[in-house]
Amino acid sequence: MKRVQFEHSAIPYLFVAPQIIIIVVFFLWPAAQAIYQSFLLEDAFGLSSQFVWFRNYEDTILSESWLQAAGFTVLFSALVTFLSLALALLLAVKANEVIRGASTYKTTLMWAYAIAPPVAGLMGNLMFNPLIGDLYKFLNAIGWDFNHKLDSFDAGFVVVLISVWKQVSVNFIFFLSGLQGIPKSVLEASLMDCKSSLRRFWTITFPLLAPTTFFLMVINITYAFFETFGIIDTTTRGAPGGATTTLVFKVFQDGFRGADIGGSSAQSVVLMIMVLALTVVQFRFIERKVHY
Amino acid sequence: MSKVQLTNVRKTYPNGAEAVRGVDMEIESGEFIVFVGPSGCGKSTLLRMVAGLESVTSGQVLIDDRLINDVSPAERDVAMVFQNYALYPHMTVRGNMSYGLKNRGLPKAEIDQKVTEAAKMLRIGDFLDRQPSQLSGGQRQRVAMGRAIVREPKVFLFDEPLSNLDAKLRVQMRIEIKRLQRRMNVTSIYVTHDQTEAMTLADRLAVVNDGKIEQMGSPIDLYNNPATLFVASFIGSPQVNLLPATFDGQHLISGDLKLSGFGDLPTSTELVLGIRPDELRLDESGPFLLRVDIVEQHGSDNLIYGGVLGAMNDGDQETEFCFKTSQDMLPDLDSTLKLGFNDERAMVFNKVTGERLR
Repeated sequence: MKRVQFEHSAIPYLFVAPQIIIIVVFFLWPAAQAIYQSFLLEDAFGLSSQFVWFRNYEDTILSESWLQAAGFTVLFSALVTFLSLALALLLAVKANEVIRGASTYKTTLMWAYAIAPPVAGLMGNLMFNPLIGDLYKFLNAIGWDFNHKLDSFDAGFVVVLISVWKQVSVNFIFFLSGLQGIPKSVLEASLMDCKSSLRRFWTITFPLLAPTTFFLMVINITYAFFETFGIIDTTTRGAPGGATTTLVFKVFQDGFRGADIGGSSAQSVVLMIMVLALTVVQFRFIERKVHY
Repeated sequence: MSKVQLTNVRKTYPNGAEAVRGVDMEIESGEFIVFVGPSGCGKSTLLRMVAGLESVTSGQVLIDDRLINDVSPAERDVAMVFQNYALYPHMTVRGNMSYGLKNRGLPKAEIDQKVTEAAKMLRIGDFLDRQPSQLSGGQRQRVAMGRAIVREPKVFLFDEPLSNLDAKLRVQMRIEIKRLQRRMNVTSIYVTHDQTEAMTLADRLAVVNDGKIEQMGSPIDLYNNPATLFVASFIGSPQVNLLPATFDGQHLISGDLKLSGFGDLPTSTELVLGIRPDELRLDESGPFLLRVDIVEQHGSDNLIYGGVLGAMNDGDQETEFCFKTSQDMLPDLDSTLKLGFNDERAMVFNKVTGERLR
């Protein structure tokens, strides 16, 4: 069968042009640059460079420090995503049940949304300061020999705590609106079918929140991978001994502090591929279970 | 097979609004009760109090002589059909119907058998593995009923279940609900604002107005012997003709009209005369002169609307009457018809209290 073809003008292309220009300038071009540079080896002063094929990849990715950062990133992202989702869901469910002073609760819980990650990091820094930090003193006072400058577990605890705290409010907003989107009569019907509120939550409310949860999971993993840079940079700076270095932080460290542009580019290309793969997996396998 | 008993049931919302103001009712086992009334009259609140979805401020709700005021909805052994179906969108039809049974810990074989049986009865057997989103409105409503049926509850509760269906389907489902209820013989409470549904489904009808039961009885009894002006005007379609009047000791006076045949009425208060549209008849010596305004042809009968000459209502306009007659009666517009009425069947109400006087 022959498709009907309408004559079209260039005007539609004009309308999408701003978006395309943004993508080209801020994504495609830097990405191409990164790929090109990842094949170059530069001298320490940036005066000359040499094409070295995949040596940058071999050197950085097979290095112990990169593997450590990769391991930490996976653990860190899993923890931040799971904890911030779980905590936000709990808060949203509870805040949704509150009748008196409901808006006060909700506004208070949403507040942290307005705080930029580096600022959250700075606040964390103050609270965990060994001289004046209240949380630092408190944790030591309850018998935990806490020192995030020396202990890698403690340092991980600090960055996870701050990252989760920062993200809970975003998740809370989405979960709350998701909860309010569930038809009241469906909940009432379940009230008549099931007397255990816990069971009702897991069999009715939670499945109906699945689209929200999926969306938030994608957002949160991206957050944990990339946006937590500001938090790490203002608190631990990857210390002690690279224990809290995420992949993004390592790209920054090696490229801007270590002046290894080629190695840093190679890492960012690998990171790009990882995120791409992760997104494909999420949409392929998890989203399939979400639709109803 | 269960009795439902309401004793002085009241519902006051935290903001002070009184939705239900003292309802007493005894529903016999297997009875089909319909709550009917205008929107906001408290009929749904009353039903939801029986369901347990709304707390009872004071009074008692009993099912089979067991006080259930503080029993959770799932343990009351009642099942409800909602107006917008309220199916679980993430479950198949089978999942929807078996959910309540699973939570009660029934063995799987028994659940399957009950679901299959109910599906057969409702003719939804072919859709058991579909999602609700793939069904039409009528099919969804059947699934909602199936979900209630499989539970084999003591009481069925229906909250305007047909309001979201189109007119033809509504009539079909109405008949089906009645048939099912007869067959299963389960005590049922049905809330509607549609008086055709109310008249056709109910064993007994409760007219609810402003949080109180205005009158309760069989549909035909309420039609023939309404206790108040509200019931008279709410039950019956087309609506009863109402004529404001006063009594001078011998005649009912309304504007220029003098109607005889009435006695023993108070002379001090304002009255309202009520005549059903089918109690009017063509009569050369009749008291009413109807100026024809609109003729509605309904097929088997015609409804003729028009103003009654000389009879003024409160707004100082001619009182509008509806005259129900046969299909061959087709008067010209603006022509006049002389009408008489059956004074045995005419009703007189106290205008202020709404109380029926004769």
